[in-house]
Amino acid sequence: MDSNLDIMIQAPQTRETPAANPYLASFERFEQNRLAAPAWVFPIRKAGMARFAELGFPTPHDEDWRFTNVAPIVKLPFKPVSEYSRDGITAQGVQQFTFAGLKAHRLVFINGHFSEELSAILPISNGAKITSLARALNSDSARIEKHLANYASGEDNAFAALNTAFFLDGAFLFLPANTVLEDPVHLLFISTASEPGAASHPRNLFIAEKGSSMTVLETHVSTVENSYVTNAVTELVVGEGAVIEHCKFQDESSQAFHIATIHAQIGRNANFTSHSIVTGARLARDNIRTSLAGEGIDCVLNGLYLTKGDQLADHHMIVEHAKPHCNSHEYFNGILDGRSRGVFHGRILVQPEAQKTDAKQTNKNLLLSDSATIDTKPQLEIYADDVKCTHGATIGQLNEESIFYLRARGIGLDTARRMLIHAFAGEIIDRVKCRAAREELDQLIWQRLEQNPQIAEKH
Amino acid sequence: MLEIKNLHAGVDGKQILKGINLVIQAGEVHAVMGPNGSGKSTLAQVLAGRDGYSISTGEVLYDGKDLLEMDPEERAREGVFLAFQYPVEIPGVNSTYFLKAALNEIRKSKGLPELDAIEFLTLVKEKMKLLDLSEDLLKRPVNEGFSGGEKKRNEIFQMAVLEPKLAILDETDSGLDIDALRIVSGGVNKLKRPDNAQLLITHYQRLLNYIVPDYVHVLYDGRIVRSGSRELALELEEKGYDWLIKEAA
Ligand SMILES: Nc1ncnc2c1ncn2[C@@H]1O[C@H](COP(=O)(O)OP(=O)(O)OP(=O)(O)O)[C@@H](O)[C@H]1O
Repeated sequence: MDSNLDIMIQAPQTRETPAANPYLASFERFEQNRLAAPAWVFPIRKAGMARFAELGFPTPHDEDWRFTNVAPIVKLPFKPVSEYSRDGITAQGVQQFTFAGLKAHRLVFINGHFSEELSAILPISNGAKITSLARALNSDSARIEKHLANYASGEDNAFAALNTAFFLDGAFLFLPANTVLEDPVHLLFISTASEPGAASHPRNLFIAEKGSSMTVLETHVSTVENSYVTNAVTELVVGEGAVIEHCKFQDESSQAFHIATIHAQIGRNANFTSHSIVTGARLARDNIRTSLAGEGIDCVLNGLYLTKGDQLADHHMIVEHAKPHCNSHEYFNGILDGRSRGVFHGRILVQPEAQKTDAKQTNKNLLLSDSATIDTKPQLEIYADDVKCTHGATIGQLNEESIFYLRARGIGLDTARRMLIHAFAGEIIDRVKCRAAREELDQLIWQRLEQNPQIAEKH
Repeated sequence: MLEIKNLHAGVDGKQILKGINLVIQAGEVHAVMGPNGSGKSTLAQVLAGRDGYSISTGEVLYDGKDLLEMDPEERAREGVFLAFQYPVEIPGVNSTYFLKAALNEIRKSKGLPELDAIEFLTLVKEKMKLLDLSEDLLKRPVNEGFSGGEKKRNEIFQMAVLEPKLAILDETDSGLDIDALRIVSGGVNKLKRPDNAQLLITHYQRLLNYIVPDYVHVLYDGRIVRSGSRELALELEEKGYDWLIKEAA
């Protein structure tokens, strides 16, 4: 493969001189070396590049990034890992990763490259597609062209713009009308890059036509403790009456940077559930945006972040109600230890047409250490008059009343604390509908909590 | 079984119990009544071992042991049970899981083998009938989304499963409609045995039509100002507390 791919990307020096942006040059070199892709892809990449050049990396002056300073990311060289290598990962080795032992259609990506040899698709019904996006760009070009970068274009999101310019591959899932996928699809993203600053830009596109249903599990892991960057974008098109559950488990290296943008475009009477479980990365930012573009939609955004040390876990949601009679519920719980930080920013936008909207939002945080902090910010913008919107946030320690109640029934103090912390995480995990995934997460989160000496101590 | 001697207790610098004396023997049912703010719930909480109360003088002996020295879980394992006035909702903790853990802690401390899932469920089914509770409730997190009446019934259901020696029922009757009151008190009566005792805290004589106490005590301003038979409760209903308060003053 051409060594030109091994390029250095520098952050724009100032926003005022995007023309001098060194990204642009590297982008041109990058694009010339791309594998064959349909002609329509290039303008999209180019627009992404241009938009990124305009926006630049966000700074704490941006309202949406007030609590999350990406300066450490900006300093990184952003080196794409130019070639696919299995890097010692065996089919058996893959199984150690979360969800990888479950019966599922599995697509494995190593440093952003699709690993055909480690992937395996179970038999599927006619017309459904579970494959790599790079391949699908050739086989399903017309279908992809209709959607790619239509939702997460990066218009107001520099990282999504950067992904659009530089993505190599990701998952492409397509369900024709009324297709029910029995087994979940598991997307496994593994980072093995030993060089600091290696970057990958996974790009996923899921299209679920009318009346179809599936569960997508997504795992982000690494085999190295390293300051690499994952900058993922996932676009979902959820057709009328479709039922989609997306469960993302982010367990990157504690040195890594993880930025993920999820944009779901949801049609009438559809049911969309997104779970974001965060345990990894030094800095993690999940932008989750859902557009409720038809009536009768049920949308649940559910999340859990477990942080310690110097970790930062940031969730930034935008739920846009465009049509009447839709429900959206956001539930995010955080358990924070050490000097770690959590950020929850939940924006709910109710358009004038969206009467009878029922939008709920809760963010609850358990601080296990005095130095852990959380910034939680609801933002309700309501332009319709007959709506129900509620939000609530709590920050605190374990509930003394609950501890006493358990103790008064004979349960020891230590066990009572553990039960309550487990329960706090369990509130979120319990919403995972895919049973096998739920059970695995429950056990895993419990193990992580048990490893934490703070739990047993008095708070 | 229980001997409260000159108990003084307060919270946040406020003296609430000002010398309680009370003796409860096995097989007895006692009712404590009294106007709002007289200290009834405080007494219940102090007996169950809630943090935050300071005991300035007095002692409480439970089967001859110093109750106030024990942690709340130790008291529970020794057979003290408080049916809470306001049972807390504990999201994420499954009712069955919680109750099984509690029962097994208590059994362990008695040197009994723990119950396995099947044995436990058999026991639970039997006790649920007693309180006419739906099994669905047990599949839910502890008290979460339970109605006021369901919460109270659930407290007595827990009592039925844990089989305490000394049950303290803190206003278990308030918030119950007449049918629920009948069911709950029926349950409590069935749980009565010669080797256990019940302490009922209530505002209403109506409960005592269903659960007939051996003794009625009137708590006023942190002291028991009058003790008597169940006739005393009827008298209180008729005349209110004022006459007693005047006499006590
Ligand atoms: N944490 C506290 N700080 C200050 N005062 C308290 C505290 N807890 C209770 N009190 C006061 O102590 C008094 C006794 O309260 P308690 O709840 O024991 O009364 P009660 O007899 O159960 O009343 P009710 O019949 O209304 O339930 C009340 O005046 C109450 O306001």
